[in-house]
Amino acid sequence: MGLSIFWFVLVALFWTGFFVLEGFDFGVGMLHTVVGRNDEERQLALDSIGPLWDGNEVWLIVAGASMFAAFPGWYATMFSALYLPLVLILVALILRGVSFEYRDKRDSSRWRQTWSTLMTVSSLVAPLLIGVGLGDLLHGLPIDSQQEFTGTPLDLVSPYSLFVGVTIVALCVVHGATFLALKVDGPVRARAHTIARASGPVAALAVLGYVIWTQTLIGGVLPGLVPILAILAALSTALLVQRRLEGWAFASTTVAMAASVSTIFLSLYPRVMVSSTNPAYDLTIQNTSSSSYALTVMTIFAAVLFPLVLVYQGWTYYVFRRRLGGTAASKLPEQAGASRRGPSPVAGL
Amino acid sequence: MSTLDVARLQFAMTSIYHFFFVPVTIGLSLLTALLHTAWYRRRDEDYLRLTRFFGTLLVINIAVGVVTGLVQEFQFGMDWSSYSRFVGDVFGAPLAVEGLAAFFLESTFLGLWLFGWGRLSPRVHLFTIWMVVLGAVLSAAFIMAANSWMQHPVGYQLVNGRAQLTNFWQLLVNPVFLWGYTHVLLAALVTGCVLMLSVSAWHLLRKSDADVFARTARLSLVILVPAALLAMFVGSELGVIEDRYQPMKIAASEAQWETCQPCSFSVFQIGGGNRDETPIKIIQVPHLLSLLATNSWNGQVQGLNDVNAQYQQQYGAGDYVPNVFIQYWSMRVMAYTAGLLFLLGLWGGWLLWRRRLDQSPWFLRLAIWAVVAPLLINTAGWMLTENGRQPWIVQGLMRTSNGVSASVNTATVVTSVLVFFLLYAVLAVVAWGLMVRYARRGLEPVEPVPSGVAPESRVRAMTY
Repeated sequence: MGLSIFWFVLVALFWTGFFVLEGFDFGVGMLHTVVGRNDEERQLALDSIGPLWDGNEVWLIVAGASMFAAFPGWYATMFSALYLPLVLILVALILRGVSFEYRDKRDSSRWRQTWSTLMTVSSLVAPLLIGVGLGDLLHGLPIDSQQEFTGTPLDLVSPYSLFVGVTIVALCVVHGATFLALKVDGPVRARAHTIARASGPVAALAVLGYVIWTQTLIGGVLPGLVPILAILAALSTALLVQRRLEGWAFASTTVAMAASVSTIFLSLYPRVMVSSTNPAYDLTIQNTSSSSYALTVMTIFAAVLFPLVLVYQGWTYYVFRRRLGGTAASKLPEQAGASRRGPSPVAGL
Repeated sequence: MSTLDVARLQFAMTSIYHFFFVPVTIGLSLLTALLHTAWYRRRDEDYLRLTRFFGTLLVINIAVGVVTGLVQEFQFGMDWSSYSRFVGDVFGAPLAVEGLAAFFLESTFLGLWLFGWGRLSPRVHLFTIWMVVLGAVLSAAFIMAANSWMQHPVGYQLVNGRAQLTNFWQLLVNPVFLWGYTHVLLAALVTGCVLMLSVSAWHLLRKSDADVFARTARLSLVILVPAALLAMFVGSELGVIEDRYQPMKIAASEAQWETCQPCSFSVFQIGGGNRDETPIKIIQVPHLLSLLATNSWNGQVQGLNDVNAQYQQQYGAGDYVPNVFIQYWSMRVMAYTAGLLFLLGLWGGWLLWRRRLDQSPWFLRLAIWAVVAPLLINTAGWMLTENGRQPWIVQGLMRTSNGVSASVNTATVVTSVLVFFLLYAVLAVVAWGLMVRYARRGLEPVEPVPSGVAPESRVRAMTY
């Protein structure tokens, strides 16, 4: 039982890491046509995540694969139940990934416009539907005693799960905006500030509603520390973006995202998927987990590999720490001294 | 069509499509890393231009390869949830390790390599492309370990009707894995070499940057010839291993209904549809099947009918013969195309030796079109392997018909097949169009990047 709890924590960590990292990618994808008025500015916005997004998306792959390996029952039930949303999520992720690499491969405005539109829509659809899916885990789906989903696609859309999806999207928007404000310069940075100021309070309200709703679902009066942290971080984001404290604002959206996603898993524990048919049919850590031998093998691999991953991904963020683009004249006046001029909008190959 | 049929169609479609891109990624990333290394060592600008040129082709390919891999991983749970429940304990472990060990490495370092020009020191930058290669090679290892377990399950026990891992090491020393993985790596190398040869030949034929593309033509030929030879040798050894563990697979690939000793190999046949036990075999090569399947001149090969009778005793009533038509022809398409490709490589090697490569337009024309051959070979190879396992999803343990998701109805799977088919078709056209477009562009002039200094912003315009 000990190792399966450890793997539940790891699975939750992979999902949380995915939303913390890919969350701002989604945000930048949704916003790049808003913060960038011309092609150069749009490409600048996308270049801020160019070297990072692919590595970020692996967190999702690892989250899925570790569910498969550590909790085959959970993986099997969740993925077959969420069939149609997953098709849409996959289509969105495919189009998004290809957009990153293909958008600048032809010098035609129609070509770029098409990929930009696909990028915007897919960056919205993916987090929305994944959020709905995570909401479904806690809200409950019709699941029988054989751990099989017995409902229809309509069962997948409940007011609560939709609200989780919307909350995640709101968080992605403000997370992406604070990321852009931190990573680019010039007019794109200024517009990112505007969006962060507008979306900060919306996200804060959404997180507040999400935490309260989640609390009423699982019963009990007081939310735990993590949900409260989510509210506090979301509220402080709304304040920090007004003051243009870029670094702090981004740190704050990071915490808000992490705490919000963790809240789902904390509320689930020790269940992994709630059955709306009968609480006795709930999928739990215990009744879906792999054998202790398989978990031991994977724990050894994870103990060696995961710290290594954190080191080299962290190093990537260090290598690409510099602010992109802009000219000295377009800098925000109060930031002129602090911000370092990065290189011009260069992107390797 | 039942849910099972459509789910199988979906798996075949998404796997074949994904595997158009995977071998190119493995092979071309290695070749690009060699070019990058050549530039690092000799500081010859032309190698830098070649590195960037083939690097761009690599990125166009990887973009689709990576995202279609997501479908691969998700569809186990979506379409094959009963299978996932049954094997997750064993099969999931290599997939999870694959993500942690390989995908993170490949994706993170690809970003570093692509955007690292001028930001990383030349030595570190060179290191990043080799990490991409390592990631690609490792990812193939873990997925092959998982697939080989389906062909020949080892290191497990059945507990409460589910397979449980008892020895992870057994998965990694599974003979099907060791030979199969080597075979896949060599096939990927062949694929990368043929792509590089094809693009180089196009430019040699048109005398655009001929002196520079002569280098990549040479590089690809020098690797192609031994790699193709080894791939065929390892493939034939894999056949011997498979004959031991999956006799159906080998018997069906010869449409050999009755047990034979010694056994001849038919060059082709007329008829031989699924239940046609008496096809007209044309040009029988004596002893060749014995040699291929058993490594001995007079080896015995069990016929389909005998294996079927034996399985019916062992596993109960049922038909255990895979689709013989697919099996017979996928083996031949794979082997014949590979043989032709090898001959093309020999021809090119001879021209290279006589220093007449750029004066042989017929070779160059053929080499350009050879680019489709590896796609055909790889697809046929996988059809041979996966179709030959049927009706099992895990050989001897679970039938494919029992692996499909119980809660998913046919209409849902049909919808998703249509959606993915359309999406994949459009992406194929777009990716192919971009590949051709960038392959035909000449080499861009590149100023050497001084270490630690950011290059000018026009680098993007020049190289994209």
